[in-house]
Amino acid sequence: MELWFSEPHTKDVKLSIKVEKQIYCKHSKYQRIDIFDTIEFGRILVLDGYLMLTEKDEFIYHEMISHVPMAVNPNIKNVLVIGAGDGGTIRELTKYYTIENIDMVEIDEMVVEACREFLPQTAGKLEDNRLHIFYEDGLRFVRTKHEEYDLIIVDSTDPFGPGEGLFTREFYGNCYKALKEDGILINQHESPFYQEDAKSMQRAHRNIAASFQIQMVYQFHLPTYPSGHWFFGFASKKFHPIKDIHAEHWNNLGLETRYYNTDLHKGAFYIPNYVKELLENA
Amino acid sequence: MDHFSQKRMPLQEALEKHRLERMAHFDVPGHKGGRGNKELKYFLGEQTLKTDVNSMKPLDNLCHPVSVIKEAQELAAEAFRAKEAFFIVNGTTAAVQAMIMATCKSGEKVIMPRNVHRSAINALVVCGAIPVYVNPGTNKRLGIALGMSVRDVEQAILENPDAKAVMVNNPTYYGICSDLKKIVKVAHAHDMKVLVDEAHGTHFYFGENMPISGMAAGADMAAVSMHKTGGSLTQSSLLLCNENVNADYVRQVINLTQTTSGSYLLMSSLDIARKNLSLNGKEMFKKTVDFAEYARQEINKLGGYYAYAEELVDGDAVYAFDKTKLSIHTRDVGLAGIEVYDLLRDDYGIQIEFGDIGNILAIISAGDRNLEIERLISALSEIKRLHQKDKAGMFDHEYINPKVIMPPQQAFYSNKKTLPIMESENEICGEFVMCYPPGIPILAPGELITAEILNYIVYAKEKGCFMTGTQDMKIENIQVVTK
Repeated sequence: MELWFSEPHTKDVKLSIKVEKQIYCKHSKYQRIDIFDTIEFGRILVLDGYLMLTEKDEFIYHEMISHVPMAVNPNIKNVLVIGAGDGGTIRELTKYYTIENIDMVEIDEMVVEACREFLPQTAGKLEDNRLHIFYEDGLRFVRTKHEEYDLIIVDSTDPFGPGEGLFTREFYGNCYKALKEDGILINQHESPFYQEDAKSMQRAHRNIAASFQIQMVYQFHLPTYPSGHWFFGFASKKFHPIKDIHAEHWNNLGLETRYYNTDLHKGAFYIPNYVKELLENA
Repeated sequence: MDHFSQKRMPLQEALEKHRLERMAHFDVPGHKGGRGNKELKYFLGEQTLKTDVNSMKPLDNLCHPVSVIKEAQELAAEAFRAKEAFFIVNGTTAAVQAMIMATCKSGEKVIMPRNVHRSAINALVVCGAIPVYVNPGTNKRLGIALGMSVRDVEQAILENPDAKAVMVNNPTYYGICSDLKKIVKVAHAHDMKVLVDEAHGTHFYFGENMPISGMAAGADMAAVSMHKTGGSLTQSSLLLCNENVNADYVRQVINLTQTTSGSYLLMSSLDIARKNLSLNGKEMFKKTVDFAEYARQEINKLGGYYAYAEELVDGDAVYAFDKTKLSIHTRDVGLAGIEVYDLLRDDYGIQIEFGDIGNILAIISAGDRNLEIERLISALSEIKRLHQKDKAGMFDHEYINPKVIMPPQQAFYSNKKTLPIMESENEICGEFVMCYPPGIPILAPGELITAEILNYIVYAKEKGCFMTGTQDMKIENIQVVTK
């Protein structure tokens, strides 16, 4: 018997992963949640049919979303993470003893429960006593905050479904307001390769640029995401992601990472011409 | 109400049956189920094109309904607790006009508030009835026109005992209701009919704890925009009649101006929407009110904006408030409603119903999700953060009581000349001027053009209101009556 999980990357392209067995399947108020054991990628988390993470390559995503801002501003103490129900981003952030507080706002409590039970690799640090989890709409949460956070990480799903509001101009504007004067915003910035993702990338870019003084994107390779070529956005009121990097300080921390290092940090911001062009025309 | 019968959709069922018959068509429409216009079929969908058929025996005829349209209209009448219901496919405009034309002949009077939709005054131009305007109350802080107080209506009735009808907005665009029940009582005591413009009141018939509906208040006729909050397709509407109205005469009046090619897309949407409202309306409008209440609370927390509701109720010119309406006063943020309206659309991708001088209106329905509500609130918060200004020098009212010099029909058909609008002070207006939406005329034919009105028009244009009504598409010139 062969059981395959397939995700359409475009209407004419799909990625299929052979499944060993299904571990979990539930419908929450917001979405369908599936967890499978696979032969190649280990355990994988799927929301509404879209692959969110695999045990094999999640380190790339979670290291890149967390360590880039932390290397730029070592004084980050108060962090807001929106989304991130799988816990991977929290796991990376808790490696910094200098972080004093992490507020995590996830709309779907059932995702967190499922990950706590079946994905300990990413959810293992969700018990950290610096972490406070709020189960509510991210857009609503951030609206009431005013110059509170040093860093906001938007670890969202795609710009359709429950994460839709996290790609809007009003959301990024509210994040700007919620950040301190030297605050940094990192967001899931989609991919430039397939047309529909590229449109989302442009829209996110345009919407962030409307609020932040400094706005750049950086790339990473995620084999299981559409095209494998994916981006995060780095937006800030003050810091430049390359000029202001504290490489020596970061390296002295002695954190163990498998993808991120401070050289790659700089390189990640040098992006291909077609992506530059796409963003210039955003 | 018999739920079994309300579960039926006679027109939809007949159309479905017709589709399965796979008839050969040698009648109009010429697209023949979309085969004759592939691009249209691709754009609107095959099912839509196949449903776009002509009147025929099994599908009845809107002008003279005897079978499935008749049954569908009877079910609608039952659902709205009316004696008769007519499907209207020329918009609620046609329903409003049919009400007036069925009750007033040329030269006869109709009592109405001046803040009616243009369709009502249009009807006066067409049929020659004479308006007796009751000044609506105004709210000083918000600058908006309210409902009519019963005392004012009664006075108008006593002063014009020959008037044939009283027309009432239930509610106004902003959600404000007059004391309809008392107005009906007073009007009926003087042998006048009560006509209700319920373009924004479909939900009053189905939701709980809503202001009273026209039919429940004992009004004689009501024009109900099913397409606005009832879920049918744009342009479809209902005209309801109570006892003491000769419905057969009303049908004749409707047929004076309504199309003889009634759209089955529009009519079936009325049939399906009526079923949905009957079976699910209570829940739908509860959800709508919950969304609106939540949004009001959050928007009022932002500061500057004022999302108003039942606190306006004063038992008189604001007898009741429609809680499904999300009307927001914006002037204290230093922005005209129309400016907020434009920013929401251009910068945030959020389209709302209208913005005027000091207010915006967002239509909330059961089709909304938390996500959209949160987006609207957050975008308003951002607009305040980025665009807030000093409110000094801002216009503070939406409504100016007009001075009526001659009846609308007489003015519209008089000899007229064209003047630059700024040179028209003290002339009698020969056409309409309004911001659309909301479509309440600033000037109607027969009214005196005053300096205050001209200032208002200049200000509204400057702030970006979409002005309509004049022959001159640029609204730079105006037609005035030659004396």
